[in-house]
Formats: sequence, structure tokens, C-alpha cells
Amino acid sequence: MNKLIVAPAPHVHSGDSVRKNMLNVIIALIPAYLVSLYFFGLGAFIVSATAVVSCVVFEYLIQRFICKQKTSIGDLSAVLTGMLLGFNLPSNLPVWMVVVGALVAIGVAKMSFGGLGNNLFNPALVGRVFLLISFPAPMTTWPKPTPLTMSYLDAQTAATPLTLMKEKGVEALPTLWEMFIGHMGGSLGEVSALALLIGGIYLIATKTISWHIPVSILLTVFVFSGILWLANGEVYANPMIHLLSGGLMLGAIFMATDYVTSPMSPLGQIVYGIGIGIITIVIRVFGSYPEGMSFAILIMNAATPLINMYIHPKRFGENKK
Amino acid sequence: MKLESNFKNMVLVLTIISLIAAGVLGSVYQVTEEPIAKAKAEKQQNAIKQVLGNFDRLEEEVLEGITLYKGYVADEFVGAAVEASENGFGGEVKIMVGFDKEGNILDYAVLQQAETPGLGTKMVDWFKTDKGNQNIKGKNPGEKQLSVSKDGGDIDAITAATISSRAFLGAVNKAYAAFSGGDVNAVSGAPNVHHQSAESASCDSLQSTVADSLSVITDSINVIND
Amino acid sequence: MKSLNVIINGLVKENPTFVLLLGMCPTLGTTSSAINGMSMGLATTFVLICSNVVISLIKNLVPDKVRIPCYVVVIAAFVSVLQMCMEAYVPAIYETLGLFIPLIVVNCIVLGRAEAFAAKNNAWYSALDGVGIGLGFTFALTLLGAIRELLGTGKVFSMTIFAESYGALIFVLAPGAFIALGYLIAIVNRLRKA
Repeated sequence: MNKLIVAPAPHVHSGDSVRKNMLNVIIALIPAYLVSLYFFGLGAFIVSATAVVSCVVFEYLIQRFICKQKTSIGDLSAVLTGMLLGFNLPSNLPVWMVVVGALVAIGVAKMSFGGLGNNLFNPALVGRVFLLISFPAPMTTWPKPTPLTMSYLDAQTAATPLTLMKEKGVEALPTLWEMFIGHMGGSLGEVSALALLIGGIYLIATKTISWHIPVSILLTVFVFSGILWLANGEVYANPMIHLLSGGLMLGAIFMATDYVTSPMSPLGQIVYGIGIGIITIVIRVFGSYPEGMSFAILIMNAATPLINMYIHPKRFGENKK
Repeated sequence: MKLESNFKNMVLVLTIISLIAAGVLGSVYQVTEEPIAKAKAEKQQNAIKQVLGNFDRLEEEVLEGITLYKGYVADEFVGAAVEASENGFGGEVKIMVGFDKEGNILDYAVLQQAETPGLGTKMVDWFKTDKGNQNIKGKNPGEKQLSVSKDGGDIDAITAATISSRAFLGAVNKAYAAFSGGDVNAVSGAPNVHHQSAESASCDSLQSTVADSLSVITDSINVIND
Repeated sequence: MKSLNVIINGLVKENPTFVLLLGMCPTLGTTSSAINGMSMGLATTFVLICSNVVISLIKNLVPDKVRIPCYVVVIAAFVSVLQMCMEAYVPAIYETLGLFIPLIVVNCIVLGRAEAFAAKNNAWYSALDGVGIGLGFTFALTLLGAIRELLGTGKVFSMTIFAESYGALIFVLAPGAFIALGYLIAIVNRLRKA
């Protein structure tokens, strides 16, 4: 049973740790968070703060009283899960629903599978999809973006570009510039493509994530929706609209790149990204839900072990046959 | 001891068991045949009664795939229950709408639907709840525009279920087209603009030929579309 | 004494849902409310008892090589009888359970008990085994149905516990069935080990 052979000292430690990586992702989320605070005001703060606090509290309680193990809230992964969950919710969602979402994300999707590193699905997304299916009406009425508003539950509502497209066709959309900076209805963290891209560039620059997953997702979506658009531009939307709307940017940069639930090898990551892109567009264009990003990521999460099995990284020093 | 598994035994046993089973099933079928038919008829009667109120006698009529059940009290026409359907979010939405003789909606019942639970399924009582502009009871599709407010109509759609609401209201309008076509044709050429007065809706007008009714249906649909 | 053991065995030690994990299709499909789960459980119990008794009576008359077809004919006959009776006398329940009633024929529990118990024991014990397994199944389905109904709509047996707007719809739908069943099995396993 001596399969792991460790070379003798000295070792060089890169300084990498779970905590450091999580912290980097959280830093990268800040621009998008500022945009959401600007457009959705108080509601964005209440929803995200509730999500973060309840995720951390649930992780602590479950580890302390049900699993009876040492708590791991110090590694910030629960904080990140809470932030991502909050980013995926409309900012006028009642507090108790956010708490339920956090319980599902941490309790069902993470701790039931054995905690960080063992979860098959992205916890924040499981929480979001659970809420989406459980409370479809509140989860699909988004507040209208009003700069620095103080209203929370009573906020005026507005449809997202994707809903508009499903119900009224392509001409009822906001301008591309509005969609790029985030002046549109949507979940609180997903609206501003600009802010999310800034965060993404930071993550790639600090090597927290590699470029393979986000780029392959965005490229696949662009190409696939572009083909549809070229085939019939009156029915299908411009590929830029698909790129800028809904949770695509948020999902591609922050959700799909979760270490635990995405493939390990670069080639596997590209396969995974292409899968997400195709499923997203298929759901958006042909499905009954207006947005398919979270379902696409969860489906590909399920396929990740399979991808890892067939496409594994080449071992160092191994020769090609 | 167990019977030996030779060909003769196997055929014999299987045949006997099948025969006994068939006999049992046959007799149970005979016993339950009548209650089953009765339960089915009762269900339909209940739906008609719910949307139409009291009646003594029913007359059934089929127009372009839409079934009308006309109710009479002491040989006087009191209204009709109309079965109509439209494609919704998750398949066919089949409803029964009751109209009084003037074309006002009395009540409705959803007979069949496969909409999203919690959203589209709310149509079962959404359109008879008094809140905002969502109640269609007492309204006349000939006078009000029964479509969702997003499409310029007078009715509030179910929250987050516009497609289901559209299907439902579409079916109501279909039902009304069939109703007014079958009812008013002998008296007025443009039945939907102003509804008939109580006297003019005599029983005679109901015995019109199907061909007449069809032409009026197209008329009334045109009027509705206008 | 053995009679009691046979019943308890079906209810607890070999509970078809929580321990044997048999008959998962009706378990997941019909438990959207407590009353639906209970109706399905009782319908299956009826078929189980009848088929167990008949099969144990004819077990010596049936040649080994054709025993499965014979058992299936017996079970199918009882299911059809049940289906017609339900359609005639309780049409409301028949409508909600719909397709799942004829599917009792292929329910692993029924054929499994016929093969594993009724074909080896006398009619009295087979009937008791049908009662035990059937009630165990009914108990599991009612419990699962009640949990899903409560979490999904705030009601149990149509009695309101909390407002429906607080219900998480997912529990009424298919994914909620899997989640609730998974946690129930986990809890039962924990209790059995303790």
C-alpha cells in the first residue's frame, strides 16, 4: 500500500491553499457586487448578506452537531458558496427563501456528500435550482434596476431580456450597451457582463482558474447561437444578446469553474465547457425555461466524473503509445 | 409433491389458470360496468352543473370539434356549457365554460391541463378570484376583450404564467365563439357586438342547421379578432 | 408466535421500501400527497395478500418451469379486478393513481414475495406475509407522502399546517421525491443501526 511516494525534502511550497483561492474568487466577485449594489440597492445587500451568513452558520451547525467533526468554515468556501448563491437570486426575494436556499446548498448539496471536495454538484447552483423549482413565481420576478434604491420586497419588477425574448420576440430587448454594463432586470450578480469580465480577468491573471472553461463556454454559445441567428435572424436572437444576458457570464466565469465539480485536464475542461454552452442554448431557444445556464452547469457537473475517466491528464514522464 | 414439468402438465396448468382468471375478470367486469359508466357520466354532469347552474334538460351539439351542452329549464333556454381547448405551456388545456343566455360567463371548470404546478395550474381558480382584473365571471367576451393585459386585453395574467393564461383565455374565447354562433345566428348577423336581449333568444333559433352556425362562427371569430 | 414474527418482519426488518428498496417506481410516482401514498399502499396490500394466498395454494399444482407465467397471470387478474372496482367505486382516487394501478402487476414486491415466500410457505403464513409487507409498504408510502405534502403544500392529509405559499413546490414534483426518499432511507438506516 505504498502508492504515494513522496520525494525527500526540501520541498518548495507554492503558497497555494484552499483559503487563498477562495479569497481570490471572492475578490474577483467584488466589481459585480458593487454594480448590483448600485442597481438594486438595499435588496441586493440584504439578500447577499443573508445568503453568506446562513451558509456559514449552517456549515458550522452541521459539522458541529450532525457530523461531529472539526469545523471548516475558516477555509472561506462556505462564504463563497453564500456569495454565489446570493448572486443567483433576484434581489427582492424574501429572507426566509434565501435561508432555505442556503440550507439546501450547504446541507443537501455539500455536507450530505461529505463536505468540500466530495460534492458532485455546485452547491450554490443546487440551492438556486431548488428555489427556482420550489418558488417559481418569486424566483422569476426580478426587480427593475433603479440606482441606489432603498426598496426591498416592494421593488418594482421588470422582465429579464431572456424572458422578454421568450414571450415577445427579439425586438423587445434593451440595447447591447445597457446589457453590457448591467442596466437590466436579472438576478443580483448576473446583470453586469463588464464587472464579471473584470473579475474573470483577475482570476485568470492570478492563475486561480484557467481560461479553458470560461472561454470554451462563451465561444460555444457565440458560435451555436450565431449559427441559429444566421439561419433565421428574425426568430433567433443575435449571439451578442445571448452572451450578455442571463447568468451566462456569471456561470461561465464563477460557477462552472468550481474546482470540485469541473474536470481536471485542460482537454476535459474544454469538452465540459462546450457541453455547457450547447445545453444552455438548447434550453434557452427550444426549452420552456427562459434561462438554462444553471441547469446546463448541473448536467455537466454530473458528467464530470465520466469526462475525468476518459480524458485524464498525462502523467509526467509518460510516453505516448 | 410438485407436478412434473412435462409438456402436457405445463400446457394444462397454464390453460386452466388463464381460464379461471378470465372467468373471474369477466364476472367482475359485468358487475362494475354499470357503476363505471355512471361515475363517468356523473363527472361530466357535475362539471356542467357547476358551470351552468340548474337545468332540467340538456341538448348536445358539436361545432367544429367544440361541444356545447345547452341547458333548458321548463323548455326555456337558460345558457350553455361549452367544452373548448387550447394548447398551453405543457400540453392541451381543456376547459368547460358556462354562459348564460346573454353570453355572460357564469363559471368555468378546468377539465384537463398539464401546466407547471404552482404556476399555470393556478388557472383552476385564478380567473374566478375577485382581485384586480383577474375575474372573468360575469363578463361577456363579446363586450370585454378577454385576453391578458400584456396583449392589450382586460384580464390580469397569472403571475409568471403568461403562456398558460393566454391558452386559458384563448379557450374561453373559442367557447364563446361556438356559443354565440350556435345561439344567436337566426336573429342577428353580428352577434358579438351587442349581446342579445332575453326575448330574442328563443328556442327556434337553436334548431338552425350546422352550416348556418359555422358561417356565424367565422363571423364571430372575425369580430373577436377585430 | 411465528405468525407475529412474519408480520413484524415485513413491517420493520424487511420493510420493502426502506430496507429492500423494492417497488421504487410507485414509491416515487404516487407519493405526492399522503392520501395518494396510502391509497397506493393499500391497493398493493390487497393484491399482495390475495396473490400470496392463491399462489401458496396452487404452488404444488404448478410445474416449476412455468411458475413465473402462472404467478404473473394470478397477479394480473387480481390487479385488473382491483382496477375495475376502483374505477367503479372510488373514481377520484382511481384518477389520481391512474397508470400506477395496472403497474402493480410488475411491482417487484408482489412477484418477489410470491417467489420468495408464498411458494415456500402455507397459505396462512403467506397471507400474514402479505399483510406485513403490504402494511410496511403502505406505512412507508404514507410517511413519504405526508412529508412531501407537508413540505410542498403545507398540508397533511389535506389539513393545513402552514400557509401554502411557504411550501416548496419541488417536493410535490419528481426531484423532491428523490430527495425526501433519500433522507428517509438515511434516517431509517441510522435508527436501525442504533
